[in-house]
Amino acid sequence: MTVNTNIQLGRSDVDPNLLLEVENLTVSFPTDDGVVSAVRGVSYQLRRGEAMGIVGESGSGKSVSSLAVMGLLPKSARVTGSIRFEGESLLGKSDNQYAEIRGKKIAMIFQDPLTSLNPVYTVGTQIAEAVLAHNDISKRAARDRAIELLKSVGIPHPDQRVDNYPHEMSGGMRQRVVIAIAMANDPDVIIADEPTTALDVTVQAQVLEALEAARAETGAALVLITHDLGVIAGHADRICVMYAGKMVEMGSIDDIFYRPRMPYALGLLGSLPRLDSSRKQRLTPITGAPPSLVNLPAGCPFTPRCPLAQDVCEEKEPVLTVTDDPAHLAACHFHDKLVGVDAAQLFGTTSADPDPIDSVDQEVTQ
Amino acid sequence: MTTVDIPTQSTGPRSTEAGQPVLSVRNLVKHFPVRSKGILRRRVGEVHAVCDVSFDLMPHETLGLVGESGCGKTTTGRLVLNLVDATSGEVRYGGRDLTQLSTGQMRPLRRDLQIVFQDPFASLDPRMTVNEIVAEPLRIHGLFGSTDNGRKQVRELLRQVGLNPEHGNRYSHEFSGGQRQRIGIARALALRPKVLVLDEPVSALDVSIQAGVINLLEDLQRDLGLSFLFISHDLSVIRHIAHRVAVMYLGRIVETAPVEELFTKAAHPYTQALISAIPLPDPRKERTRQRVLLSGEVPSPVNPPSGCRFRTRCPKFANQLSDGDKQKCVNELPALVDRGFGHQAACHFAEARKLV
Repeated sequence: MTVNTNIQLGRSDVDPNLLLEVENLTVSFPTDDGVVSAVRGVSYQLRRGEAMGIVGESGSGKSVSSLAVMGLLPKSARVTGSIRFEGESLLGKSDNQYAEIRGKKIAMIFQDPLTSLNPVYTVGTQIAEAVLAHNDISKRAARDRAIELLKSVGIPHPDQRVDNYPHEMSGGMRQRVVIAIAMANDPDVIIADEPTTALDVTVQAQVLEALEAARAETGAALVLITHDLGVIAGHADRICVMYAGKMVEMGSIDDIFYRPRMPYALGLLGSLPRLDSSRKQRLTPITGAPPSLVNLPAGCPFTPRCPLAQDVCEEKEPVLTVTDDPAHLAACHFHDKLVGVDAAQLFGTTSADPDPIDSVDQEVTQ
Repeated sequence: MTTVDIPTQSTGPRSTEAGQPVLSVRNLVKHFPVRSKGILRRRVGEVHAVCDVSFDLMPHETLGLVGESGCGKTTTGRLVLNLVDATSGEVRYGGRDLTQLSTGQMRPLRRDLQIVFQDPFASLDPRMTVNEIVAEPLRIHGLFGSTDNGRKQVRELLRQVGLNPEHGNRYSHEFSGGQRQRIGIARALALRPKVLVLDEPVSALDVSIQAGVINLLEDLQRDLGLSFLFISHDLSVIRHIAHRVAVMYLGRIVETAPVEELFTKAAHPYTQALISAIPLPDPRKERTRQRVLLSGEVPSPVNPPSGCRFRTRCPKFANQLSDGDKQKCVNELPALVDRGFGHQAACHFAEARKLV
């Protein structure tokens, strides 16, 4: 894996494997209460064939940052920074220009297949629509391709199922149809936004299998957005942890799971009940709630919940810096203090929510 | 959590006296009618939501009820509290069969049996302050007493669930999801119940918040000697909190065992598939795990398969059994067979496997 830092490299030595490059992306939404800064300066690079996971809790900006890549944000959103795909800038493209890229170069899988499929068309029509959008072939050929795609995502009797409407299918099958649409044009990047959150675990396992099959067939790079650290552990090579609209830690999967250097990532891992452990260890919750993204105060947004917080944390927001491994970055003033520390030592195992609703207080008064 | 007004300091089901169950459920059945469209709305079928479910809930014990959506776990929870009428079977609490009681007869018993709902956004009245929400059960049961005494009780309850009592005159929308769930728990605790049905109490919460609520539930059980019927689809949470587990599939309990026994020696193919389907937040283990993948989806509970209800998705049925053995699965309903150590599995060809 190559070094991945915030420092911009010269244009001349562009890595030919570099597919997607997001630099200092910010997204904000004007609302009646003020400007919501949903994404506050996100940078990452995605290489050909790579699987990158983005984890974070609700409201951390993980979905919004990928909707920005797809150009699917509402008109009211203010986007700055740069998004380049194979060196070509995506921001500022017209809808028609974007249509060339969506589906063909970058495809997206959404969380809820019931809302992302059109209820009045058969799934075959919808898959064929995606095929026809980028290929000059006959309708019959498109339909055959649809059946082939349904088969490759593991739907039994694809030649009959192709004429089903979405409501005639179960949740797991619908999500597989969405995956089939995403892989229809052999994209270079698949962005999957919580692809299995709405599904039961046994079905989740099947859908993840279908997603892996789709990747193997198309060779696409994957951006997997989820709150489930278990799903990430099995399906990503590299992870970005997001908190309050920023990347707070980036690294290889082993770095983040076994050597986290940002208190938030450590806390997340400590708060998970473990299926694979018989020791009845107390969990280590992170007390408090994520901050409101309206008028965020200066300093590190994790400060109010962080047991390590010092004065400097309230004054200066830390940037992603290299830790002991050049590919492992953490945004914490005290990342070196986390070497060999476990979550229970840092967070304690309280059951209370001691100083409730301070963050809500702010929201209400604003 | 220092306020102990019930003198029990037990930590688990093992250390309790005698071992009389607080609540026992026998052969509980619930069928919901399916009606035709049109004016007549004839009865055209039945959803077999819960079929022949039996279990005991011991004092100070957490019984985990696990299964996928539609397996009847929530309906079972509601049947236990007599919130829906059972088709047949009985729920015994304090020597009485709850299913036979009228609403009026049921009311005093509701002090002992309380429920916490899944969605903390839908289960709290947005037009009541937190103080009013927590005081409501006290008022209904005439336990609020004088204004001073009542307020004191409410403050104490809020403190007990880890909230700041000063915020009691706020409305529920001013709180975060985790805090709202704590309000729901305070309301359920107001009448000093003995049994708490927790219906997916942490599923709607982010993990960092969920951990605090789980810790709270553990503390409350230890301090107040409660029994929990903990309904969840999340096996990791169940392994963490439960003492005993019952796994449900299509309305039936297919396996039940003490928690360690279940997770290390799962005998029913469905339990094995469930355990192996949960992704582990540990990349090295996750890469090298053994998997039991299921094919297909849960069949409709309107017309469940004959014999063993799991056979249509069972990897053992599909890949390992001879035709003669398969006939047994098709024709004979497997009973829950005792495997020792309180471990029962409803499979003709049960075989223990360690998957995590």
